[in-house]
Amino acid sequence: MGMTMTQKILAAHAGLKEVKAGQLVMANLDLVLGNDVTTPVAVNEFNKMGVKDVFDKKKIAIVPDHFSPNKDIKSAEQCKCIREFACEKGIENFFEVGQMGIEHALLPEKGLVVTGDVVIGADSHTCTYGALGAFSTGVGSTDMAAGMASGKCWFKIPEAIKFVLTGKMQKWVCGKDVILHIIGMIGVDGALYKSMEYTGSGVANLSIDDRFTISNMAIEAGAKNGIFEVDDVTLDYVKEHSTKTPVIFKADVDAEYCQVIEIDLSTIRPTVAFPHLPDNTRTIDEVGEVILDQVVIGSCTNGRIEDLRMAASIFKGKTVHPKIRTLIFPATQKIYLQALREGLIEIFIEAGIAVSTPTCGPCLGGHMGILAKGERALSTTNRNFVGRMGDPGSEVYLCSPAVAAASAITGKISSPEEVM
Amino acid sequence: MFKGKAIKYGNNVDTDVIIPARYLNTSDAKELAAHCMEDIDKDFTSKVKTGDIMVAGKNFGCGSSREHAPLAIKTVGISCIIAETFARIFYRNSINIGLPILECTEAANDIDDGDDISIDVISGIITNNTKGKTYQATPFPAFMQEIISAQGLINYLKERTEA
Repeated sequence: MGMTMTQKILAAHAGLKEVKAGQLVMANLDLVLGNDVTTPVAVNEFNKMGVKDVFDKKKIAIVPDHFSPNKDIKSAEQCKCIREFACEKGIENFFEVGQMGIEHALLPEKGLVVTGDVVIGADSHTCTYGALGAFSTGVGSTDMAAGMASGKCWFKIPEAIKFVLTGKMQKWVCGKDVILHIIGMIGVDGALYKSMEYTGSGVANLSIDDRFTISNMAIEAGAKNGIFEVDDVTLDYVKEHSTKTPVIFKADVDAEYCQVIEIDLSTIRPTVAFPHLPDNTRTIDEVGEVILDQVVIGSCTNGRIEDLRMAASIFKGKTVHPKIRTLIFPATQKIYLQALREGLIEIFIEAGIAVSTPTCGPCLGGHMGILAKGERALSTTNRNFVGRMGDPGSEVYLCSPAVAAASAITGKISSPEEVM
Repeated sequence: MFKGKAIKYGNNVDTDVIIPARYLNTSDAKELAAHCMEDIDKDFTSKVKTGDIMVAGKNFGCGSSREHAPLAIKTVGISCIIAETFARIFYRNSINIGLPILECTEAANDIDDGDDISIDVISGIITNNTKGKTYQATPFPAFMQEIISAQGLINYLKERTEA
């Protein structure tokens, strides 16, 4: 019996020739990640274990990105706790404010994750690195603690849904629309416990940033991971960013999938997820009139350079609607600098937008853009649960950077075609 | 063996409503427990009694990886969660912190809010004392049962290194 991409990566890291769906394995880890919300809990658990050192000082990354720059005294204490832990244990990849970026944009950019790696992170969007042909998945703080101590983690081998992509996306459609379309189709538990594996001739038409966005939201379909077949686009990215050697795992021809779904990318329309679940999707043609209070562009889902370029191409020479508060968060310092050099930041500021240092802040209702009761935000982030961005009586709609930019200009959810 | 009253919720209960991010600037379990479920059920913390059993539909605990969510539920006094399915990170986290959770579609559908429930976690047998019915949940694999018995992954690993 053949194996899927995910099964092959996990088998190799567990030192096994073959694995089967449902099997429990203990796998070696290439990287263990945590942030300022999840790491303090992990530090506590790590200390309870009575272990002195971490398994490998180079293979742990700690990124204070959620409530930093510190939003209040308690958050400052949490950041202090993880900073001191990183220092005491000699963890090399601690990224302080100023170098810090949103973890899932930062790690690939720093070359810390490459093709073929097994990565766990105490953050649910750790599945982002599937874009590089790595196995990566979100875990909790206790798994992070055990991973930091032992360099190992237990996994149940997942079965997989195969997505065969064909065709090319239309203008103003991007990876975000593809993944919202998929989640709308299969539901928020449509891939529960499973891998989502992307293959087909259409993959070549997706940029690496599109792929990061698609893998990032695998968790929103309940998946364990979302992984892309490796091609030149992947390898060029890895070569440009990392000195580590990529290892390519290709699914066997006779690999077994629990479901095969074919998607023609050319048929996908700009897509919006309505409150309060990411699978509550409608195409832009079906949204009706939705008046907004706030627009957010950024996050580990859509704060990369292509996202900012797409938004800037719409904002150029225009101003945002006077009743809309528009916030843009470049995902890393490098992306911020590149956007500055390309003149994108100037376009945003002239359009009447607040541009911020990288932070997860507004995405999870932490800080920097909290909603009051009855307010409505359109956001390029990944979740629109009850109270996600503030008061439990507020609403979040999810979309691409292009739809977000067009809507910031009109004051209601709008297609880019309306303003261009 | 656990015994308590059922407190019932629907499908897709996410970790943001179990413990909203605005409270994640602390990892103090008691402080987290004080805000457990408040965005979907503001009376939860006043009505829950130690030993009570949470019952829900599909995909319980979806969303964020925050271990604060099962920690808040455990600390507030819930002895066990029964659901049709659990989101995978929540499932791992619950086992890792020693909070028993059982997947059982029949029980999740049949149990009503307030029913008196007994659970044998090892055999996976759930008894509804109010309705006079029993349901069979999928028992844990031995490996996970050992983690739960040790009150979590850290104790389990410690016991094994010290042994």
